[in-house]
Amino acid sequence: MAIVELVRDDATTAPDAARPIRFRRVERDDVLAIGGAAVAASALAWLLFTRFTAAGVNLGMFVVGYVVFLLLVWGIGREQYDAVRARDLVARAVFWSVGLLLIVPMVAITVYTVAKGVAALTPNFFLEDQSRVGPLSPPSVGGASQAIVGTLEQVGLATLISVPLGVLVAVFLNEVGGRLARPVRMIVDAMSAIPSIVAGLFIFAAFILALGGQLSGFAAALALSVLMLPTVTRTTEVVLRLVPGGLREAGLALGATEWSTTRHVVLPTARSGIVTAVILGVARVIGETAPLLLTTLGATAMNANPFSGKQSALPLYVYRLFQLPQEVAIQRAWTGALVLLLLVLVLFVTARIIGGRGAGHISRFRRARLAREGLA
Amino acid sequence: MQPIDPTIALEGFGPGVEDRVRPVTRRSGADRWFRGVVTGAGAFTLLLMGLIGLFLLVRSMDALRAAGPSFLTTAAWEPDGGAFGIAAVLLGTALIAVVALALAVPVAIAGSIFITDYAPARMRTPLVWLVDLLAAVPSLIYGLWGRAYLQPKIIPISDWLSTHLGFIPFLDADRAAGFAASTFVASVVVALMVLPICTAVMREVFSQAPPGEKEGALALGGTRWGVIRTVVIPFGRGGMVGASMLGLGRALGETIAITLIISPTFDLGRLTRILETGGNSIASLIALRFSESSSFGISALMAAGLTLFVITLLVNAAASIVVARSRSGAATEI
Repeated sequence: MAIVELVRDDATTAPDAARPIRFRRVERDDVLAIGGAAVAASALAWLLFTRFTAAGVNLGMFVVGYVVFLLLVWGIGREQYDAVRARDLVARAVFWSVGLLLIVPMVAITVYTVAKGVAALTPNFFLEDQSRVGPLSPPSVGGASQAIVGTLEQVGLATLISVPLGVLVAVFLNEVGGRLARPVRMIVDAMSAIPSIVAGLFIFAAFILALGGQLSGFAAALALSVLMLPTVTRTTEVVLRLVPGGLREAGLALGATEWSTTRHVVLPTARSGIVTAVILGVARVIGETAPLLLTTLGATAMNANPFSGKQSALPLYVYRLFQLPQEVAIQRAWTGALVLLLLVLVLFVTARIIGGRGAGHISRFRRARLAREGLA
Repeated sequence: MQPIDPTIALEGFGPGVEDRVRPVTRRSGADRWFRGVVTGAGAFTLLLMGLIGLFLLVRSMDALRAAGPSFLTTAAWEPDGGAFGIAAVLLGTALIAVVALALAVPVAIAGSIFITDYAPARMRTPLVWLVDLLAAVPSLIYGLWGRAYLQPKIIPISDWLSTHLGFIPFLDADRAAGFAASTFVASVVVALMVLPICTAVMREVFSQAPPGEKEGALALGGTRWGVIRTVVIPFGRGGMVGASMLGLGRALGETIAITLIISPTFDLGRLTRILETGGNSIASLIALRFSESSSFGISALMAAGLTLFVITLLVNAAASIVVARSRSGAATEI
């Protein structure tokens, strides 16, 4: 998962002492040339498509406008400098436009989801379940409490299963190693590529068909933990690698066993990174829908027991309601999607903030506790 | 700061993790337990992966035995009627993934070069955040958004493409069938989903382009574009291929967004007209048919899942090998 990268990105700085030259300065002339070309090109395209012809604002206008834009940039470069500089200027215009284009989908998804979902985001969405909701009930009746409880329990159970296991595997990879480390690292990488539906099929085959378990929140949690394990392991491993070797050596030199060095030195130093790993793991699975389709099917009434009977979950709730023909149902689905998106955003930002702290960072609360214990 | 690596201090004692500083005395009982438990956890992941393959294989044996080689060539899915095979769904999966990559990879290359070489320092971190955030959005939300917002915007484009470029294979379409719920619409949404994954890996690769060579190119009078063309892109070629294959792996396994968008078809002619309504994929077949299947039907779906599992593993393994062999990949992980 790409989001794994962020921990490494934050915690390491440029490794070599020789700092590379970075020319990021934006030249005023270039800004004027590219900006001017952009204004001229969009004006020309607009004139062509709405005034000179009756084509109207469509995709063709943007394509033509962009081509004109690049030609203008090239012309300005040619006029002012030479062919080499002109090509450089065109490249700059292309890279800047693609870079700005990267921002579009995230903004569009967020704005659209908020616009669609915010209307039905009322307290009853969190407090009532779906059992008394008819196909045409207004959004003020009923809610998704059974789905929210289900998601919390399933993701919670998946965390309980995959985090200890993931941290142990990461400790194995980084602290113990040996001949087994290479294949394990390879398999963990491969595991992160398993399609989520296959994880659902596996749990259905192993837990429900072979072991005689029932369709339940627990089965869903098992499938989610298969998906969560590689994220937790890889993120934790990256963080453990950043714990200074000198700390380990100091522990061992004081006569501590490997176990207590890991327990009292390595893991506490990497605490914030491990928290980040857990949050990223949760963010990875909280919106997973496909494995739930095969393991817990969903329900409209509250079922707080994840070990018995079908259970709803927020992604399933959204998926099912979105496919109903009624406007009201689709609106409920968008509200569910909005809640999911907000959860992911909050988890992600939290992970970023915690992950942004270096290894061994001691929070204010922890410092106060240590002070009480007379340790710091 | 880079952590101090004890193995450097111990150069000459042999390579590898094993040679971190170790206590010379015999390991205590606690440590033997510790190593045992931790190694057990490592071994468990190997076992788990093996079990996934094994369970899927065992459960799909019924269907595979009944279908025989026709499982690979039949373009229909009626397990209880006897005619079922993955030809259509496999073709549909491949088409969606390939078109998605064709759309996403150029943008990912340009976007990641923008982040490493063009963006002002103040813009860089927010952009990296944004790309990572885009990767964290659940595929369910991509599916909803794709169907409700993106599809109406894509239909005119499909219409235009089929009218003016219909002579190109794959781009022809029967206008009467319509352009909604097509392979192309699904591909655009999947492209948005693999874009952040490809961009993140490529950014990592491009950011490691050797500064000495970049400065050398500049010192010879190269422009910024010259540096990118002669140093950054050649250096990152392996990483670019690896990142694309990693994206391919995700695109092949994508389930719920595709399920929400396509209207399933088993007609091979229709499938290959990518702009026209109708597409298919292995993962969405499983998601759609699972709850209504008989036990033999489930066995057939397990066989489809096994195929998907094997293909994604192969693609991913190939990606790791390409990245590890390339010059840029040696120091990069994907």
